[in-house]
Amino acid sequence: MDTQIEEKLIPIYILSKKYYVPEGSTIITAMEYAGFKLKKGVGCREGFCGACASLYRLPGDYKLHGGLACQTVVQPEMQIVQIPFAPAEKKVYNIDELTPDIEPFKKYYPEVFRCVSCNTCTKICPQELEVMDYIQAVIRGDLELAVDLSFDCIMCGLCSVRCPAEMPQHLIAILARRLYGKYMMPRAEFLEKRIKEVEEGKFEEEFARFMSMSRDELKKLYYERDINFDIT
Amino acid sequence: MNGYPEYMRESLKKVAATRPKRLELAKKGLKNFLKPMTAEEREEVLSKYHPDYHKEARKKIRIGPNKGELLTSKVVDVLESHPRINPDEIELGEPDYDTDVLIIGGGGAGCMAAIWARMNGAKVVIATKLRLGDANSMMSQGGMQAAVNPHDSPTIHYLDAMGGGHFDNKPELVKVLTSEAPMITKFLMELGVMWDRTPDGHLQTKPGGGTSRRRLLSARDYTGAEIMRVLRDEVRNHPEDITVLEYLPAVELVLDDEGKCAGALLFHMETGEYVLVRAKTTIIATGGFGRLHIAGFPTTNHYGATMDGVVLAYRAGAKLLYMDSVQFHPTGAAYPPQILGFLITEKIRGFGGQPVNKDGELFVYPLEPRDVEASAFIRECAEGRGIKTPDGHVGIWLDSPIIELLNGPGTIEKAFPAMLRQYRRFGIDIREEPMLVYPTLHYQNGGIEINEWGETNVPNLLVAGEVSGGVHGRNRLMGNSILDYNVFGRRAGIRAAELAKKTKIGKLTLDHVRRYEEELREAGIKTKRVAPILLPEYRNLKILQKHRKEFDPFLPAGL
Repeated sequence: MDTQIEEKLIPIYILSKKYYVPEGSTIITAMEYAGFKLKKGVGCREGFCGACASLYRLPGDYKLHGGLACQTVVQPEMQIVQIPFAPAEKKVYNIDELTPDIEPFKKYYPEVFRCVSCNTCTKICPQELEVMDYIQAVIRGDLELAVDLSFDCIMCGLCSVRCPAEMPQHLIAILARRLYGKYMMPRAEFLEKRIKEVEEGKFEEEFARFMSMSRDELKKLYYERDINFDIT
Repeated sequence: MNGYPEYMRESLKKVAATRPKRLELAKKGLKNFLKPMTAEEREEVLSKYHPDYHKEARKKIRIGPNKGELLTSKVVDVLESHPRINPDEIELGEPDYDTDVLIIGGGGAGCMAAIWARMNGAKVVIATKLRLGDANSMMSQGGMQAAVNPHDSPTIHYLDAMGGGHFDNKPELVKVLTSEAPMITKFLMELGVMWDRTPDGHLQTKPGGGTSRRRLLSARDYTGAEIMRVLRDEVRNHPEDITVLEYLPAVELVLDDEGKCAGALLFHMETGEYVLVRAKTTIIATGGFGRLHIAGFPTTNHYGATMDGVVLAYRAGAKLLYMDSVQFHPTGAAYPPQILGFLITEKIRGFGGQPVNKDGELFVYPLEPRDVEASAFIRECAEGRGIKTPDGHVGIWLDSPIIELLNGPGTIEKAFPAMLRQYRRFGIDIREEPMLVYPTLHYQNGGIEINEWGETNVPNLLVAGEVSGGVHGRNRLMGNSILDYNVFGRRAGIRAAELAKKTKIGKLTLDHVRRYEEELREAGIKTKRVAPILLPEYRNLKILQKHRKEFDPFLPAGL
């Protein structure tokens, strides 16, 4: 259902066997065309979940490429293998007890300091993130930059598989983002007030009134309501 | 694949030509020139163009707790299927896992429920079909509704949600949903969720379809991913209390001799191993049904969205609500073909993006509730003002370049990195050119009926998230599903932990599965179908039928 292209067939290799699949297919739809029922290495199929990380090589090209199988269009003679799961140890921590600085990284992911700045992580990232740069930012204690550069990470883990320093970049990044989101972003002051209003029952009377209305009364109220996007 | 085909150029030029005028209208407030529809106008466009109103959209279900009711036809087919197991061939011996709370489904609702069940003293097992976090929750882009501004309130939010749902929502559920939204916003923030802020540090809020205030909180256009990856990380911070079982979908619930839900039978799709989990309480959090491709529509949904939870619960006797109603998201990608049906976030319209026809004309208020907006798109195309694609689909333009003219240059890169990336992969720059869109199957509006604590009519069986029914009536508003799974995931987790403390499980049984088979037989239903479906079928069957006299993908050999 994802694609309805019926055009020219091109040869690709899936787990070393040659298959002819429609030109323009993604790796996922090409594998399905070849008869695979995918039970792993497949997820949202829209590039948001990181379940379908894949590695491939192209003829005449020494490079090992990475991509999301749901987003990568097949090319002739491509050799493909899926990486449905990137083994990495997620450290256990209590976010309430941490400080938003370099200390949690020293404690939980000291391997971050082994970074040799080779940039292999950046080259393999299917989201085209500056992975090495965010790791270097963590090392410098610049969480704000690390968070900004890593925000679009979908945690496929390809970086960690390729890293010569063997660190789990994606897990380091989420620790950085959680610390930043919890401790370093501005507090939402009115939010506290609103929560208190709800707890104190400020809206109960109006709720009771709305909930006792007939369908027609409520409908009338709804269609007459003021729509206003200029105020907050 | 590079950009739009040549023949679309003329239409694209018209869109660019009308942009300055449309920009002017938007600056003066679009609703003053293009009024939102009245009740009568809504009814007319829905009844003529919404796929739910098509004469073959619904049929009567012949078995189970909702017997005799009209439900979505495809839903009936799946419910009137054989179980995957023969109870006589299953030995319910020593359970492989014995726990307080079993959660089936590892998406947003499942993770939230696990966190709160644990906080209330329960030991938890999460069983999920694919990986933890592989769920529609991960894919949601636009945001979460919460009345966090002074000129907004939970009651205004309530009114918007009821109107959007055509007043079919269960009021007590909507009250809980809207009242607890601010508390949930804070809870997620304290876990580290990075809600977008305005330059002066306030929570950024934007309008959504069917909202009457700015109420949409977001995290760029990775809102769902941001929340899901934080919840998943938090679940993984408690390995002593929360056991996660991946690639192990449930194939049947297990009851005890008093009729209480007592866990589930899981099935490993690669090895064929069955795993028995005995639990004092069970929460179903399996998400929706997009992968059923109802009415032949493509879908925005996750690969695993095959309605499994509804099947399990229905066989155990749980009542369903509003399983006659399907949500089509107005803006699914219509081109390029590789992303057909993929979600284009409603936040695009929240930021001022405008739907226009092939002549570059506005034809509908951009922020109607989803069913109304989608029906208006379908009408525009049916009346010949859409743009045909090379592979036979049709769509209208969603003008994104106007966003930068309204909000300043750089807005798209900052607010819509996922959309920018998605289209750039196929040679289209959405800062320069609009997106071609058409409605796509998006959400299961109905589901298993729940009360305010996620309880069903089956004792010790709770439900949370998209698989539940009643919160959204017959049409969910944008931003209310992330909210739903957080609010009711939390509540189900709390209640499941409480109930577990006073529950004693009796003898385990699959008799309800036997009874279901009997009902199928008595109703004279003859089918090869089995359910839960677990994974949708996209294989090229022509290749698999080669050298075979017969190939049936529904039979075990077909897996």
